[in-house]
Amino acid sequence: MKNYVIKRIGHSAIILLGISFITFLLLYILPADPVRQIAGRSATPETIANIRRELGLDQPLLAQYWHYISQLAQGDLGRSYLQKTEVTLLIQSRLTPTLILMISAIFLELLFGLTAGIFASVKRGKNADKSIMIASFIGVSSPQFIVAILVLYIFAVKLHWFPIGGYGTFHNLVLPAMTLGILGSGWYSRVMRSSMLDVLRNDYIRTARAKGASEGRVIFIHAFRNAILPIVAMIGIDIGVFMGGVVVVESVFGWPGIGQLAWQAIQRVDIPIIMGVTLVSAIAIVIGNLIADLITPFVDPRIRIRQ
Amino acid sequence: MSTLKRLIKRKVVIFSVAIIGIIVSSAIFAPLIAPFAPETQFREGLTLEGSPLGPNSKFILGTDLLGRDLLSRLIYGARTSLLIGLLANGVAVLIGTFFGIIAGFLRGRIGSAIMRFTDLMMAFPALLLAITLSAIFSPSLFIVALVIAMVNWVQIARVVYTQTLSISEKEFIEASRSLGATNTRILRCHILPHLAPFILVWSTLGISTTVLLEATLSYLGIGVRPPTPSWGNIIFENQTYFQTAPWLVFLPGLAIVMFALSFNFLGDALRDELDPTQRGREN
Repeated sequence: MKNYVIKRIGHSAIILLGISFITFLLLYILPADPVRQIAGRSATPETIANIRRELGLDQPLLAQYWHYISQLAQGDLGRSYLQKTEVTLLIQSRLTPTLILMISAIFLELLFGLTAGIFASVKRGKNADKSIMIASFIGVSSPQFIVAILVLYIFAVKLHWFPIGGYGTFHNLVLPAMTLGILGSGWYSRVMRSSMLDVLRNDYIRTARAKGASEGRVIFIHAFRNAILPIVAMIGIDIGVFMGGVVVVESVFGWPGIGQLAWQAIQRVDIPIIMGVTLVSAIAIVIGNLIADLITPFVDPRIRIRQ
Repeated sequence: MSTLKRLIKRKVVIFSVAIIGIIVSSAIFAPLIAPFAPETQFREGLTLEGSPLGPNSKFILGTDLLGRDLLSRLIYGARTSLLIGLLANGVAVLIGTFFGIIAGFLRGRIGSAIMRFTDLMMAFPALLLAITLSAIFSPSLFIVALVIAMVNWVQIARVVYTQTLSISEKEFIEASRSLGATNTRILRCHILPHLAPFILVWSTLGISTTVLLEATLSYLGIGVRPPTPSWGNIIFENQTYFQTAPWLVFLPGLAIVMFALSFNFLGDALRDELDPTQRGREN
């Protein structure tokens, strides 16, 4: 078990290092020139050369990367080219809203997705099952921005139940969390349903029924606990989908999280912020997957024994 | 042939093929079907205050913010979506299949290097990566397609890798190798035919992912640039009117969802029929 944990953490660290290099490389070879952005159109060649030197952009690629990675090790993501602030501070100030949104959205995804998935598996082949599966297909086939605008139109513009955007109260949170929750639950319900169907086919389910266990006990005690495993792995992957989704959802609802920060930075080609957000998202994904992998043996003792 | 017959019996397949048929034929015959040219701005297409018109006898679905015919833009938008869908997904499938087969067939160092690289790509937030790339390259249609392909090939590579790995361990591969077959022959005559169904399924599902990604990029204003109509950028251009003229946003939205949904349904049905491990499981 100890070896397994160490191996998984080492693997995650290597992936993070790789991601930092690719992000760096991508932005290094891209045609956008940050110096031009900062200096403006009327800058003389000397000014441009000065800014380039100041930002360390005249150094060779590997030297720049080494500089970047050693700063990174100290938690320093560099300074924003245009806002003249530490990227770490900018991201820190935006982290709480995104975390609130993420936790609420994952809660809703699980609530809708697992309920629908279990219900569909119990009613397999019936109309309820078919409707849930069609609904989940529609969820999987809808881009975030369309659902965001639709939810906004129905609940804010027409019904006036929730505000159009903003941040601060529970009321502001409902619509963005619902948008992400509805979409994510499409995936969860499908995975939950097929996982439940796999489990319900097992002999021990038949045995439980033969013993006279009630249907509720069979579903929730015997089947659900064994069917939940793929869901645990999925939450890890889901964080990746989520980090992309927040860019869209936060900009539609004016939610002041790191998605909005990234979107503003992308429009101004503020490379240190883009790199910072990409890296923080990648860290979130890697940690999410790591936690999922580390939790799995506790959810399913059979895996613990195998290792 | 029996696979085809079983497919036709499914209602969702009929539905999906019908929707895909409508979209493909509007894309191909756009100049014949569309009532107007998509870029023509009509002076009578706006109200006196300069707002878009609702549906009326001349403009069946109304006009957009610049007084252009919405129906014509939607029909021509199908061209953009389909073109990007096929191009981006085609490139993604090619890259993914290539690396997947190489990794699964050669295994060893090259194989594990390729698979570690896909691990890395999986840890990237795909949408964020696509947004960053296409914001920085000021995009044309082809750049958008390439960006999407660069993000989407990983999943196919992993599926192809797993399949190639399990096929190359089968006895008939060993048998044919012992009969003196070269690697090229084994790949062409034994492995590729076995991979074909998986590639077909994942290419179908991939079109849906591609179209959704294109729509999102265009909606953010960094995908296909107006005046070339795409369903995503029609929403991007008209979103300021979404309270007073919601159809300007929801009709292209409906088109995107129906298109993606049809390919998802079709891909799923194909997987049920073609993937032997799924066959016989009536779920």
